[in-house]
Amino acid sequence: MKEYNRRDFLKVTGTVAATTALASCGAGDSQGNGKIDYMGHHTGPVPTDKMTYRVNPKTQEKVSILGYGWMRLPHKKVDNEDVIDQEQCNRLCKYALDHGVNYFDTSPAYCRGKSEESLGIALEKSGYRRDQYFIATKLSNFSPQQYSFEAGKEIFENSLKYMKTDYIDYLLLHSIGGGGMHNLHQRFLDNGLLDWLMEQRAAGRIRNLGFSFHGDVAVFDWMLDHHDEYEWDFVQIQANYCDWHNDKDKGRSGEYLYNRLAELEIPAVIMEPLLGGRLSKVPDHVVVHLKQRDPESSVASWAFRYIGSKPNVLTVLSGMTYMEHLEDNIRTYSPLKPLTEDEQQWLEGETATLINSYPTIDCNDCKYCMPCPYGLDIPAIFVHYNKCVNKGNVPESQQAENYQKARRAFLVGYDRSVPKLRQANHCIQCRACVPHCPQQLDIPHLLARVDDFVEKLKQNKL
Amino acid sequence: MLRKVRITLALIFWVLITWLLLDFTGTAHVYLGWMAKIQFLPALVAMNIGALLFLVALTLLFGRIYCSIICPLGVMQDVIAWFRKKKNKYSYSEEKGILRASLLALTGLLLATNLAWVVGLIAPYSTYGRIVGTVFSPLYKLANNGLAMVAEHFGSYAFYEVDVWMKSLPALLVAVAAWVIIGVLAWRGGRTWCNTICPVGTFLGILSRHSRLKMVINAEACKNCRKCERNCKSACIDLKNHTIDYSRCVVCGDCLEECKFGALSFGYKPMIDKENIIYNNWKKKQGSEEPKTDEELKNPAIDEGRRSVLTGMALLAGTSLVKAQEKTTDGGLAEIEDKKKPKREKLITPPGSESIRNLSEHCTSCQLCINSCPNDVLRPSNSLDRFMQPEVSFERGYCRPECTRCSDVCPTGAIKPITVEQRTATQVGHAVWLKDNCVPFADGIPCGNCARHCPAGAIQMVPLQAGVHQDGRRWLDADNQEIPRERLLLIPVVNEEKCIGCGACENLCPSRPFSAIYVEGHEVHREI
Repeated sequence: MKEYNRRDFLKVTGTVAATTALASCGAGDSQGNGKIDYMGHHTGPVPTDKMTYRVNPKTQEKVSILGYGWMRLPHKKVDNEDVIDQEQCNRLCKYALDHGVNYFDTSPAYCRGKSEESLGIALEKSGYRRDQYFIATKLSNFSPQQYSFEAGKEIFENSLKYMKTDYIDYLLLHSIGGGGMHNLHQRFLDNGLLDWLMEQRAAGRIRNLGFSFHGDVAVFDWMLDHHDEYEWDFVQIQANYCDWHNDKDKGRSGEYLYNRLAELEIPAVIMEPLLGGRLSKVPDHVVVHLKQRDPESSVASWAFRYIGSKPNVLTVLSGMTYMEHLEDNIRTYSPLKPLTEDEQQWLEGETATLINSYPTIDCNDCKYCMPCPYGLDIPAIFVHYNKCVNKGNVPESQQAENYQKARRAFLVGYDRSVPKLRQANHCIQCRACVPHCPQQLDIPHLLARVDDFVEKLKQNKL
Repeated sequence: MLRKVRITLALIFWVLITWLLLDFTGTAHVYLGWMAKIQFLPALVAMNIGALLFLVALTLLFGRIYCSIICPLGVMQDVIAWFRKKKNKYSYSEEKGILRASLLALTGLLLATNLAWVVGLIAPYSTYGRIVGTVFSPLYKLANNGLAMVAEHFGSYAFYEVDVWMKSLPALLVAVAAWVIIGVLAWRGGRTWCNTICPVGTFLGILSRHSRLKMVINAEACKNCRKCERNCKSACIDLKNHTIDYSRCVVCGDCLEECKFGALSFGYKPMIDKENIIYNNWKKKQGSEEPKTDEELKNPAIDEGRRSVLTGMALLAGTSLVKAQEKTTDGGLAEIEDKKKPKREKLITPPGSESIRNLSEHCTSCQLCINSCPNDVLRPSNSLDRFMQPEVSFERGYCRPECTRCSDVCPTGAIKPITVEQRTATQVGHAVWLKDNCVPFADGIPCGNCARHCPAGAIQMVPLQAGVHQDGRRWLDADNQEIPRERLLLIPVVNEEKCIGCGACENLCPSRPFSAIYVEGHEVHREI
């Protein structure tokens, strides 16, 4: 017994020593807001008055650098159906406001159309005045039935109604770029909707007008080339260290999009700084890579600090489902400690390479592609595939050491995660999903890839 | 001693062969496939000379121990009879010689005229296979699915879920009827079925009349207590005349243990008779007429609590639980209509069966292949000329290129063993296109799922619109404008010579409930 005790004691002290060593060798001072004291508590409460703010050059208003994306909301089961957990939403909203967050981003399309209403309730219940926070919402006329002027107008009026307000602080043409110029013409130009929105801006019902962009970079360029005409007050883009340098697709290169906005001095609102959580749920070797640099800061905080360090960024949106996400992000940005030049290069260089060379599929599980008309559960297929990649269950060949085990885990797990009739082999490549994917994934192609892999596993022909 | 050895071996055989019939993972047949292959009728139909010689020799040496140990239906009857805890429940009856002989002759006739499925109705192994396959297999799978749920909870991949579905109602009814009839007969009269109906029993009975070793009664030692006769489940001991009907004795050894006077023994009859005479004479000289009895030979106390209602419950549950598995899906997913079976002009038979004729001549419908099929392709036929023999259809899956499971397990040679390479080169049918169901044609949406999944590469996609042509990888319309992929309508054309009839196209076709491409069977399979 005695011996065991001694050994245990040695083990404990060893661990403590190791942590201390790591902590001291890490970039100790680079981040003062996420420290853990010797009793295991974060030093002090989450700050309420340290939030970093950026100034909107047009209105001179101060916008918190952390924006709340009202999309990945907490849900609960009622009668076996997933419904928004409004009570928890109210708590999160109040907490965010109390800690300096003042930008809330929603859309008529989010959460099966329930997001705006939920945000309206949460803001109302928070007790804050309407001029103490900013509401951003979008004109989400995606379906061809909504391409008419009247339908577009109705969407905007409904937004005001659902959120019980008579003006929108930031209104965006939602996700232009998908479907190219043709789609932009149909949705906003030919029907006169954009002209009408500019009138609303002039009338003060829209305080800032902008657009969010995903996809065909020609549309982005066209919009900025017509900046003189439309006078964009802000533009929402996807940018993160993983895609900062993207030589293959300018439309995904954060560097290109950001620099064009910076040239024109249009403030950038950043979406998907974490790629739907993929930059926080990274594979083990990336965790090690990041934690070695600073063991005390969370994996996600690197992504937030990286993009927040860009001066032309107005706010960084994060869809925070859990209180812990919110707390962590508030700490990261209260105040923002900008990354050094060296750290930025380290992230967009070797760290990005490390993540991008990892063979996961870039699906953020946003479910925009659903429902698939042929019954496939597209995100579930990709989530299963990525899970298996992360667990090492996607063998490269039969010679792989764990081939038999990995094969069984992949195939049995596949049937468990996705019903047989909703699996990849039922994709007929109709491409109905393609325009919906904000990540520009060639979903049918990727499904065919997964199907091909499954087929090879089944036939033992890998 | 004989009885204990018999019971031990019988239980081992019975449990293992039942597992063989239940197993859907393909594990059991690797080790136990031979157990089905040494069953008498399958061996006979397959002309498995080795197995037949073994069984004939076994019977000529020991009598009908085949019926007591190897035949699962026989052991099942013993188990049912064991549950009836009444003493002295049987009595001698005359042999129904004419009935037995005519049923045996009829069986021979049916086999000669290639009506194997009719023989299958009374064939003991096949009857047992059907009972297990249609009644117990769904329960086994449900239990497996329960374990799969537990395994999933603990992140283990040891068990996986399988579909449980009603493959054929008539086959289920036939199996249940057989089970009830044989069960009642076994409850009341022990081996009545084996000794009146079963053609295998009758045939082996002819041999066992002349078996080298058999039960012998020492008439002089016998006290005429009739315990042996009244506990003989074969009703073959005629104690009045101190004779045994060896055509019906299944050498169970029960009588040996019943007799307290040592009047019964098992061995070579002339030798025993000689020994008995010597013994009888010696006894007479001794003057003591009554040999000492062994009190301990009395039956041990029976544990009444062991009486189980398991079998009855299983019968009831079997029908109602089938199909209770399917789950509905939640709102974010499109509904998927079930596929319906197309009207096929010609039947599809599994690769290895060579032809419809070979299958129907050899298959005694034991359901082993149907239960083993991991792709839910095989099901019992409802057609009267091949009732309960396996039939191929693709509503739930297709005949996957890497699978040869049915040909591995078949004991009768109805589906002959083939390799994966032979299997993918065997043409069991060919695909037929139904224009009106085809998604590009009917809905104007590009598809091509059949061509993408054809393992034989027998389907090519050609443009539906006039003037559309290919330029390298691009598709151009009549005006040489490139057509984007989402507007390119191609329809499948089948090269019937390359098609192997596996049904991948039919199963994966998005058109529901009827596919736009389906398989027609070939009477005789071809090599491609």
